[in-house]
Amino acid sequence: MNRIPAALKPTRRNSRRVALATLAALGLLLAFAGAAFAGAIAPESGGSPNADQIASLYKLVLAVAVVVFLGVEGALFYSLFKFRARKGAVAAQIRGNTRLEIAWTLGAAVILVVLAVITFSKLGAIRNPPNSGPNGAQLADGVLVASGPSKRLPPNGRSLNIQVNGQQYIWRFTYPDGDTNDLNNAFSYQEMVVPVDTTVTLEIRAQDVAHSWWIPKLGGKFDAVPGYTNYTWFKIPGRLAGKVFTGQCAEMCGRNHANMTAQVRAVTPQAYEQFISRRKADIKAADAAAQIQRKRLESSGP
Amino acid sequence: MAATTETLARPLPQVVARDVTRERGGWTSWVTTTDHKKIGIMYLVLTFVFFLLGGTEALMMRLQLSQANNTLLDPQTYNELFTMHGTTMIFLFVVPIMAGFGNYLVPLMIGARDMAFPKLNALSFWLLAAGGVVFYASIFFSPPECGWTCYAPLSSKDYLPSGGVDAWIYLIHLTGLSSLVGAVNFYATIANMRAPGMGWGRLPLFVWTILTYSVLLILALPVIAGAVTMLLTDRHFGTHFFEASAGGSPLLWQHLFWFFGHPEVYIMVLPGFGIISEVLPVFSRKPIFGYKAIAAATVVIAFLGLLVWAHHMFATPSPTFVLIFFMLGSFLIAVPTGVKMFNWIATMWRGTVEFRTALLFAAGFLGTFLIGGITGIFLAVFPVDWQLTDTYFVVAHLHYVLVGGAVFAIFAGIYYWFPKITGRMLSEGLGKVSFWLILIGFHVTFLIQHSLGLDGMPRRIYEYADVGHLELYNLISTIGSFILAAGILVTVVNVVRSVRVGVIAGPDPWKANTLEWFTTSPPPVNNFDVVPRVRSVEPMKDIRRQVERQTGHAAAPAPPAPESALQA
Repeated sequence: MNRIPAALKPTRRNSRRVALATLAALGLLLAFAGAAFAGAIAPESGGSPNADQIASLYKLVLAVAVVVFLGVEGALFYSLFKFRARKGAVAAQIRGNTRLEIAWTLGAAVILVVLAVITFSKLGAIRNPPNSGPNGAQLADGVLVASGPSKRLPPNGRSLNIQVNGQQYIWRFTYPDGDTNDLNNAFSYQEMVVPVDTTVTLEIRAQDVAHSWWIPKLGGKFDAVPGYTNYTWFKIPGRLAGKVFTGQCAEMCGRNHANMTAQVRAVTPQAYEQFISRRKADIKAADAAAQIQRKRLESSGP
Repeated sequence: MAATTETLARPLPQVVARDVTRERGGWTSWVTTTDHKKIGIMYLVLTFVFFLLGGTEALMMRLQLSQANNTLLDPQTYNELFTMHGTTMIFLFVVPIMAGFGNYLVPLMIGARDMAFPKLNALSFWLLAAGGVVFYASIFFSPPECGWTCYAPLSSKDYLPSGGVDAWIYLIHLTGLSSLVGAVNFYATIANMRAPGMGWGRLPLFVWTILTYSVLLILALPVIAGAVTMLLTDRHFGTHFFEASAGGSPLLWQHLFWFFGHPEVYIMVLPGFGIISEVLPVFSRKPIFGYKAIAAATVVIAFLGLLVWAHHMFATPSPTFVLIFFMLGSFLIAVPTGVKMFNWIATMWRGTVEFRTALLFAAGFLGTFLIGGITGIFLAVFPVDWQLTDTYFVVAHLHYVLVGGAVFAIFAGIYYWFPKITGRMLSEGLGKVSFWLILIGFHVTFLIQHSLGLDGMPRRIYEYADVGHLELYNLISTIGSFILAAGILVTVVNVVRSVRVGVIAGPDPWKANTLEWFTTSPPPVNNFDVVPRVRSVEPMKDIRRQVERQTGHAAAPAPPAPESALQA
């Protein structure tokens, strides 16, 4: 045993050099990755505080994960290289070490407690919608029904509540108009138009199969399941007026699932008002034209 | 297949099996057999064929995705492919190949003559084969296209009226019955037929995992059997279990499915853990580090695995309390899994690690499965999961867990036990080529898929627009998948070649620890003429030591150990 370390010294120095080089390469890789952080090693964000909070929570988990990864892979590779079979080497007949085993059980548990604490500290900011900003759309009191156990409202109780309806293979959005009759509301398909600096709450439903609402930069996924209502929110900062956020259905919903896209267009509150009144006028005109058409068909019928 | 041994150059502990009638050959001997070894071999071969089919389906999907807006496959075909791929790999490959290893090895490892119920054992195999035939027959009609999860209401008659979903239901029932019957058999065998002296504290760790696998199957399978029966009656007999408009609940399907589906993950990886726990000590020439901790961790993982199913449903309309419960439960599983990981690495620590192909695959398992475990923590944090679920991040995660945790272990098992099963060695050269191709191919295919998911690509889409880096990432992934496929083919070639021309292995080529190496390779039909008394968790080490004591430190030819010495 004694003459082996001497014979192996150069090799060991080599392996240390290899280890250092590997670490340096990893560092470089991380530095490069930093440039293209979102979308490559972290989720997209930037359109809404909850998406930002999720991304920062993700990065904290990633930091812990990288440490665990390097530690365990390091121990693995070290064991593989350092303890590879050589002439004369004898395997130590160790069957266990209770203290060590308790130590790493506790170690793993502590890491998870830390992760749980971090998650709980971020949970409020992710789940609970804030008030709309001063430059947002002016919302009347009581636009909404009261919040429930899963439905969350901003502290002042005001949000722009849009109904999202998933159907094979398109999303339909119904905008609020202050009354309880939803049949005369403005609606749109595929593209949702929202005012910036305004807290938008979504009521997500499905009318055929299950779908999943997902605009990555505006937060996570919320499944649209027939018979259920799912809730989420977003609030696009004022400086992002004019931007379009894209996403697509994330729950397999049939053959054309891949093309069930959605986008959210952020506009100024004034532009939003105009959009709604234009939609309403368009819908009214279309309804009127349809009435005339129907009458004509009925009178010229057999 | 002659059940006798020639005189050997070294005193190898073994027993000559006398007066064994020669086995019948020909295909009828396979079709009518109740011998656990023949059934085990049929399991291994059949499931590997399904593995190759499932792999081919995966390659077709990767080809379609190699370019943005590709038109190679139409959406219907693509949906059918990912449904076939997932279902095949889970129900026809990973779960039953573990039963194949268990069938062949459990009786040998515990010193038993056969399984407790040999005829039931044959029934298990033929039910599995029937399930595979029923399912694959649907490719001549209309394969299912609802994914291996077949979520309601997409799987209802309104949206998928063709018989594909029914073929899928039939497959779940047949393979489920096969596994249930097999699980009862394993349990009875392990509980009752262990060699004298083999208490629970001396049970090989692979057998511990097969025992846990069996209990999980018995607990989880009835739930999915009930769920698919409800789906069947919804589809054909007018019930509305999963139909919201008639008072049913699509979420009920998801709960029932995942109540089975998550334990299923542990059903798939725990026997893999068992294989690793056998391979690492043998090629590190060290006892397993913390035998009791590893056995206990297996049981704890299985128990916790029954309590975390809804982490597959974090994006569904569920109360925060439920989300938190399932997040913390999923965190907890990381503790016993981490314990195992540390124990495995500690097993190699200060050992003399021999880089045989089996050890390489075991090391590949450790390095790869670790990544799957870590990305699992990301997914357990439910707000983070909202961004990651149903994207390619999850596809990457589940392949790191199932290929890292099960397939690498299966390959380690193939290279480790092939000499026992066939009496011949696999080529180490081809084995190593295969290992490096599989390792590199796997990581090239799946590491980049984490980024695909983070870049906004959902799962189960047959085409995507060329935005972000999606096309580049997808191309890399497709190239990797073909490297991976080449690696698997090299092992297929290796197996086919070595069965005929491999070096004769002898009873114990690895100087291993467990009883299967005590008998000849391949073992005679009755396995053992005498069953030694087991005094530790490594009975073969004891026997080898005893033989060396009795014959002197000899390199000279020696007769097999006398019976009296072995029975003590």
